[in-house]
Amino acid sequence: MTPVTLEDPPEEVERRSGELTFVETLRWAWRQLCSMRTALLLLLLLALAAVPGSVIPQEGVDALKTSRWKAEHPDLTPIYDTLQLFSVYNSIWFSAIYILLMISLVGCIIPRLGVYWRAMRKPPPPAPRHLDRLPDHTSYLTLDSPEVVVAHASETLRQRGYRVVSTSSTSSDGAGDTVSAERGYLREAGNLLFHISVLVVLVGFAMGGLFGYKGGVILLVGNDFANNLTQYDDFVPGSLFDPDVMEDFSFSLNDFDVEWIESGQGQGMARKFVSSMTYRESPEATQQDYDLRVNHPLAIGGTEVFLIGHGYAPVVTIRDGNGDIAYSGPTIFLPESQNFLSFGVIKAPGAQPAQIGLEGFFYPTYLMVDGDPINVMGDDRNPTLSLLAYTGDLGLDDGSPQSVYVLDKSKATQVVKDDGKPLRIDLQLGQTMTLPDGMGTVSFDDVQKWNKLQISRTPGKRVALAGVTLALIGLLGSLFIRPRRIWLRVLPAADHDGEGGTMVLVAGLDRSGNGDMPTELAAVVAELTNSAGAPRSTSQTEEEQT
Amino acid sequence: MIDSQWEALSNQSVAACGVLYFLALLAYLVQWSALRGVAATSEKTLSADGGEGSVAVAVGPAESSVVDGARAAMTGRLALILTIFATAVHAVALFARGMAADPNRVPWGNMYEFTLAGTFFVSLIFLLSYRRLALEWMGPLVVGFVVTILMVAVIWLYGPVTPLTEALNSPWLVIHVVSAVIATAAFTLGGIASALYLIKERRGGDGVSAGGYLSRVPDLRTLDVVAYRIHAFAFPVWTFAVLITGPIWAHEAWSSYWNWDPKEVWAFITWVIYAAYLHARATAGWKGRNAAYIALLGVATLWFNFIVINYFSTSTQHGYAAVVVDFLTRT
Repeated sequence: MTPVTLEDPPEEVERRSGELTFVETLRWAWRQLCSMRTALLLLLLLALAAVPGSVIPQEGVDALKTSRWKAEHPDLTPIYDTLQLFSVYNSIWFSAIYILLMISLVGCIIPRLGVYWRAMRKPPPPAPRHLDRLPDHTSYLTLDSPEVVVAHASETLRQRGYRVVSTSSTSSDGAGDTVSAERGYLREAGNLLFHISVLVVLVGFAMGGLFGYKGGVILLVGNDFANNLTQYDDFVPGSLFDPDVMEDFSFSLNDFDVEWIESGQGQGMARKFVSSMTYRESPEATQQDYDLRVNHPLAIGGTEVFLIGHGYAPVVTIRDGNGDIAYSGPTIFLPESQNFLSFGVIKAPGAQPAQIGLEGFFYPTYLMVDGDPINVMGDDRNPTLSLLAYTGDLGLDDGSPQSVYVLDKSKATQVVKDDGKPLRIDLQLGQTMTLPDGMGTVSFDDVQKWNKLQISRTPGKRVALAGVTLALIGLLGSLFIRPRRIWLRVLPAADHDGEGGTMVLVAGLDRSGNGDMPTELAAVVAELTNSAGAPRSTSQTEEEQT
Repeated sequence: MIDSQWEALSNQSVAACGVLYFLALLAYLVQWSALRGVAATSEKTLSADGGEGSVAVAVGPAESSVVDGARAAMTGRLALILTIFATAVHAVALFARGMAADPNRVPWGNMYEFTLAGTFFVSLIFLLSYRRLALEWMGPLVVGFVVTILMVAVIWLYGPVTPLTEALNSPWLVIHVVSAVIATAAFTLGGIASALYLIKERRGGDGVSAGGYLSRVPDLRTLDVVAYRIHAFAFPVWTFAVLITGPIWAHEAWSSYWNWDPKEVWAFITWVIYAAYLHARATAGWKGRNAAYIALLGVATLWFNFIVINYFSTSTQHGYAAVVVDFLTRT
C-alpha cells in the first residue's frame, strides 16, 4: 500500500459527511419548511409580527391619525417608513411570514392527503402480539366459545361506529382469534378540511384587497350623490381595482332623524339615526326609497352604502370690507366628543382687503355657566358658534393642496380687539358680527346636518365567509372526532386455569391525546360482558401514569 | 318591577354572590388545611366495580386519616354547594342587569357587564365540567379568581345602566359577544390548568412528596389532558366569535369585515397563539411544558386585549365613527 501524503490529495473531491448537494439542500430546506416545528415557529412569528400594527397608527386604518403621528415624530418617521411600520399588514416582512406559512401548510397537506386517501381504504391494522403492553388494556373470562365472542364483539364494535376485521387463527400458535377495530377516520378529514379552508379564506381576503374599494363621503342632508370617483372625499382602491366595475347608482339624502334621550338612563345620548334616502340602481332604473340606519346598510348590486357618522354644518356668510360676499354656505364641522361639540374651519381667501380665516367650535346646545361656554347636549337646541379670526396669507395662494379642516396659520395673524386681546366671534343663530378694521362681517344664518357615508365593494367576502365556516367545521372534526383502535384477542381459557371458557384480552389506543381511552374501553367491555353471558371474572390494569 | 329596582337587585345580587364565592373559598381553604393531615396519594385510584366496567376514575386523595378525611370531604362538598349557589345568584345579577336597561337588553354592553358575564361563565363552565374532567382540585383557584375579578369589576369598572349605543344595537351583540365571553372564560380555566402544570413540573413533577395543595393536583399527564380538553372547547368558540361573527358584524356596522383595528389585531394574535398551542401538543419537543407556556401566553394576550386595548384605543374620538369604534371595541 502506498501511503497517502497530505501534500498529495486525491483528485476527485470527496464529500464530507454532512455536506449536501444543491438539490439535497433544496430538499432539506423544503422538508424543514414543511415540518411541524417550522409551522409552529411561523405561527408564533406571525403573532409577534402583528403586534406593531396595533401600536403604531396604520395608514390603511386611520390615515389622519397616521399623518398626525408622523408630524409629531419627525425623527422616527423615516426609520418607520423604511421598515414599513405604517402599513404592517401589507409589508414585505409580514407578507413573507404568512406566505411561508401557507407554503408550509401546502407542503404539509399534499402528502397528508395521499396518506389519508390510502389509510382510509386500509382495513384496521392487525392486533399487536402483546396486547397487555398497550397503555390501556383489560381482560375478562366468559363461558361463550371464541367464535361467539368474536362474532358478538365484531357486531358490538360495528354498532359503535368501528370498522372491524376479524381473523381466526387455525394454527395452534396460541395467538387465538383476533378482532381489530378502528374508528374516527374523519378526524384527519376535518384536519385537512381546516387547513385547506385557511387557504380559501386567504383567497377571499385577497380578492377583497385586490379588486375591492372603500370610499367615504360626507354628504349634507338634502344633497345628491352619484357613484363615480369624483364624488368621493376619500377613496381607497384595491391594487387591481378597475373603476369600470363601479355600479352607476345614485341617491339623495332627503332627511335625517335622531332621537335624543332627554331623561333617565343615558341622558343626552343619541339613538335611532335614520337617513331617509331615495336611490336609483342605475340612471334608467326606477326610484326607490330606503331608510338607512347604523347596522342596516343599503346594498346595490355588489356595493354597499353604510351610515357611519353624522354632524352639523353651520351656514355662515362672510362679507368682506367692500360688502361683497366672500364666503357663504354650509361648512362641515367635525364632532369632537359625544355631545357633538364640533370643530371646523371657514376660509375666505377672496376677501378684500385681506383674506379672512375663521376657526373654532360649534355648540349645538350652548349654555354659559360662570362665564365659561359649555355644550349641554348633541341636539341643536341653542346652536352657537364661537370662532377665532385670522387674516393675512392663509397659504392657499400657491396652489398646494390643503385640508379643508385645517387652517394654515403659519403666515396669518390673529385678529385682535382694540385692547390687544384675541377677538372671539360668538354668534347665535341669526346674529351678525362686524370685524374690526373694516374687514367685513360674519353672520350665522342656519344649521344643516350632514351624514358620513362609507361606500364599499368587497368581492370575495362570501368566499372568505364560506372558507372560515368550513374551517370551523373542519376544526370541530379534528378536535372532537376521536380516532381510536380497539383489539380483541380471544383464547381458550383452559390454557390459563384449567377450566372451560374463553379468555378475552382487550386493548385500545387513542390517537387524539384526549386521554379518555379508559372510559371508552370500559364501555366496550361493559357492553360485551353484559349481554354475552355472565363473565366469570374480570381484571383490569392500567399502566401507571407518570 | 321598574328599571331602578332591577338595577338595585342586580347590584345586591353581585354583592351576595361575592359573599357566597368568598364563603366557598373559605370552605375550600378549610378543606385544604384538613387535608394536610391526610396522606396524599398522587396516583389515580381505580374503582373496582368491574361488573360495571368503569375504569380509572380519578377520585380525591385517599382519606386515611378518618377524622381529617371526613372533615375534608364535608367541607369540600360544602364548598361545591356554596359555589353552585353563588353561580345561581350571579346569574340573577346578570339577568337583573339586562332587565334594568331600557329597552331590556343582553347584559353585556360595557366593561363592567362584560366582566360580570365573563366571571359568571368561568364559574358556570367550571361547574358543568366538574364531573367530566374531575375538577375538584381546581375549586379554590376558580372561586378565588372569580371573587377577585368581581371585586375589581365592582370597584373600578362599575357604571350605571345605560341604553345601548346605536352601533351595538344589533342581534350580533347577543351572539358575537356571548361567544367571545364564553371562549374567554374557558381559556382562563385552561390557563389555570396549564399554570398548575408548570408549577407542579417545576416543583419536581409527579414525584413530589411534600404535602400541600400541589400533591392534591392530578399528575402532570392528567393536567395536560385537562388543559387540552378545555382549550379544545374554547378554541372553536373563539374562532366562531372572532373570525365568523365578528367580521359579519363588522361588515354590517363599519362596511369592512376586517379593519385591523387594535382589538381585531389582538383577537387575531390570541387566535394564532392558541393555534400554535394545538400544534405544539402534536410536535416533538414542544409537548407538555412548552405547550403550557404557549397556553399562558395565549391567556396573557387575551387579557391584554380586554384590559389594555380597551383603554388604549379610546385615544381617538374624532367623528361619530370613532365613537362607534370606541364603543364596539369596549365590548
